[in-house]
Amino acid sequence: MDFHLSKEQLMLRKMYRDFAENEVKPLAEEVDETEEFPMETVKKMGELGMMGIYFPKEYGGAGGDVLSYAMCVEELAKVCGTTAVIVSAHTSLCCAPIFEHGTEEQKRKYLPDLLSGKKIGAFGLTEPGAGTDAQGQQTTAVLDESGENYILNGSKIFITNAGFADVFIVIAVTGKTTNKRGKPIKEISAFIVERTFPGFSVGKHEKKMGIRGSSTCELVFEDCIVPKANLLGKIGQGFKIAMQTLDGGRIGIAAQALGLGEGAVNEAIKYTKERVQFGKRISQFQNTQFQLADMHTRMQAAQFLVYSAACKKQNHEDYSMDAAMAKLFAAEAASDVTRRAVQLFGGYGYTREYPVERMMRDAKITEIYEGTSEVQRMVISSHLGVN
Amino acid sequence: MKVIVCVKQVPDTSGKVAVNPDGTLNRASMETITNPDDMNAVEAALKLKDETGCKVIVVTMGPPPAEGMLRELLAMGADEGYLISGREFGGSDTYATSQIVAAGVNKIGVEKGDIVMCGRQAIDGDTAQVGPQIAEKLHLPQVTYAADIHKDGDDITVKRMLEDGYMTIKVKTPCLLTCIKELNKPRYMSVGGIFEAYSKPVTVLDYEALKDDPLIDPTTIGLKGSPTNILVSFTPPQKGAGMMLEGADMGTCEKLAGILAGKHII
Repeated sequence: MDFHLSKEQLMLRKMYRDFAENEVKPLAEEVDETEEFPMETVKKMGELGMMGIYFPKEYGGAGGDVLSYAMCVEELAKVCGTTAVIVSAHTSLCCAPIFEHGTEEQKRKYLPDLLSGKKIGAFGLTEPGAGTDAQGQQTTAVLDESGENYILNGSKIFITNAGFADVFIVIAVTGKTTNKRGKPIKEISAFIVERTFPGFSVGKHEKKMGIRGSSTCELVFEDCIVPKANLLGKIGQGFKIAMQTLDGGRIGIAAQALGLGEGAVNEAIKYTKERVQFGKRISQFQNTQFQLADMHTRMQAAQFLVYSAACKKQNHEDYSMDAAMAKLFAAEAASDVTRRAVQLFGGYGYTREYPVERMMRDAKITEIYEGTSEVQRMVISSHLGVN
Repeated sequence: MKVIVCVKQVPDTSGKVAVNPDGTLNRASMETITNPDDMNAVEAALKLKDETGCKVIVVTMGPPPAEGMLRELLAMGADEGYLISGREFGGSDTYATSQIVAAGVNKIGVEKGDIVMCGRQAIDGDTAQVGPQIAEKLHLPQVTYAADIHKDGDDITVKRMLEDGYMTIKVKTPCLLTCIKELNKPRYMSVGGIFEAYSKPVTVLDYEALKDDPLIDPTTIGLKGSPTNILVSFTPPQKGAGMMLEGADMGTCEKLAGILAGKHII
C-alpha cells in the first residue's frame, strides 16, 4: 500500500492551493452573502483545466486522474464550499456520465466545451416525489410520431448548477418494464438536454442554508423536444446510469466535505493560537488541544477513505461501497468538525466575521445531497449482504 | 525565435526568515519559491509564446532540487529546462554566477531574434546584478526594469520603470531584458501543464558540460572565484504601514503638515 502522492499530484496540490488562496478565498464571504454564482472563478478554473481534470486530452480534458480531481474539490472546499460543489457537480454528474456512457458522437459534441469550462454541466434526477426513492420518477419521455425526438414532460428540483448550466443529464420514465422478479417497474432512461432545447426552462431558485452561491433550481420540461440522438446509453439504462453517476459523485461530495472540515481545522488552529483568555492563548488549554487533535484525526481518517475510493475508481475497481463509506464518514466528520470549530471560536465563531459559521452551514448539505447519510448506510449494508 | 528565461530558486522570505549564527541565510530550514521577479520574466516569455508561438526555455543554476522549480515553470507552459548544477559552481557570488549562467545560455545558443529575460533582482540577495552582468558577458544589449514589452519584428519596445518616471527604449534582438513585477501577473500552472511537465526535457549542465566555454575559468567561478565577501546577512526591519491622504485642498495639506511635524520630520 502506497500512501504517497505522485510528483504531479504534489504539484497539483500546490497549484490548487495557490488558486484557492488567491482567487477563491477572497470571494468566499461575498459569494455566501450575496448568493451570487462565482462565474468569473468558474471561467478561470476552466482555463486552468480544473473543469475536466480526469478526462482524456482527446476530448479536451486535462489528462489527469480521479484522485487529482478529488484533491481539487478538497482544496477549493477548504476555502469555499460553493466553488467546490460547482466543480464536483459539473465533473461527476455531467461530464462523467457523458464520458462513461455516451456514444463517440455525443462525447465529441459535448465534452470539449464542458471539459474546458466553456459550458457548465448539471444533473437532474431528484423530483418533488423522487429523492432518495429514485424509482418514484414522474418526468416522462415519449418518442414523438416522427420517431426522431423524445418529448419530455415533468420537473426536477434541487438541481445544482441549474441556473448557469448549459448541458443537463436528465433522468426520465420512458415506459414500463419488469424487474428480475417479474414485478412491474418503471423503465427509466437518461438524456442529454441542452438549455436551449424548446420546452426547457429553469424554474424556482432555492434559498439555501449553505453553499449559497451555488445555483440550485428547478428544471421544468413542457413538451421539451430532445433529439433521439441525445438518449444517453440504451433505453431503460437510465437508473443504472444514474446510480453509477451518483457513485462517482459521492467521491466529489466526500472530497467537498473533507475540504470543509480541514478548512475549519486550519481556521481553528490559527484562531486558538491568537485568542487570549485568562492570560493565556486558548491553544494552551488542554481542552483546545484535545479538541483539535480529535478534529484533525477525524479529517485525516476521512481523507484516507476519500483518496482510497478515488484510486479505486481510477483503477476501474468496484468502488461503490468505498464511495458510500467515504461520503458517509467525510460528511458526518465535516459536520461535527465545523460545529466544533464554531465552539472553539466562541461568540466570534457565531458571527459572519469569521468563516467557520459558513463552513458549518456548508458542511450540513454534504450529509444530504447525492444520497443522504442514510442512503449511504443502505448502500454499504447491501454490499455487506445485510438485507 | 526563442526566449531564454534565467530564474533562481530563493527562500520564501514572506514567512519566517532563518539566519545562521554566522549571519548567512539558513536556506535548509526555509521553504523555497521561484524568485518573484523571475516569475514576471517567465510570464512575459509565455505571453510572447502565446502571441508568436516562440519557444520558451527556462534556465537556473542551483543544487539538484532546483529541478522541481523548473518543472513548475514547464507546467506553466515553458517548453524546456536547463539546470546548471555542479559542486564547482557552489558558493558563487553574482560575478561568478553571471559567468556560469552566461556560459549555460551560450550552450543553449542565442541567435538573431532571441530574447534573454531575467527578473530584476532576487529577494534573497537583492543585488540586481546578475541580469546585467549576463548581458555584458554575452555582449548583448540590455534593458533593465521592463514594465512593458512589445515585440515588432526584430525590434523590441520596452517601457522601463524608473523611480521618477518611465523611459521607452527600442532595442534590437538578440537582447536581454530584466523584468519587474509591474510587467504582468504570472499565470498559474495548469492541470494539463502539470501532467505534461515531467515529460518535457530538462538538461543538466555540469562543470564538464560547460568547462570549454571561455567564460568558465576555474579561478573566477565558485566560492574561490567570487570576489564578494559577505560580512553579515540580516532581515531588513519591517516598514510600518503607509498612510494615504487624499485631497488637493488646504485642509489635507494642513493635516499632512501636522502629521509630519508631529513626527519631527519637518
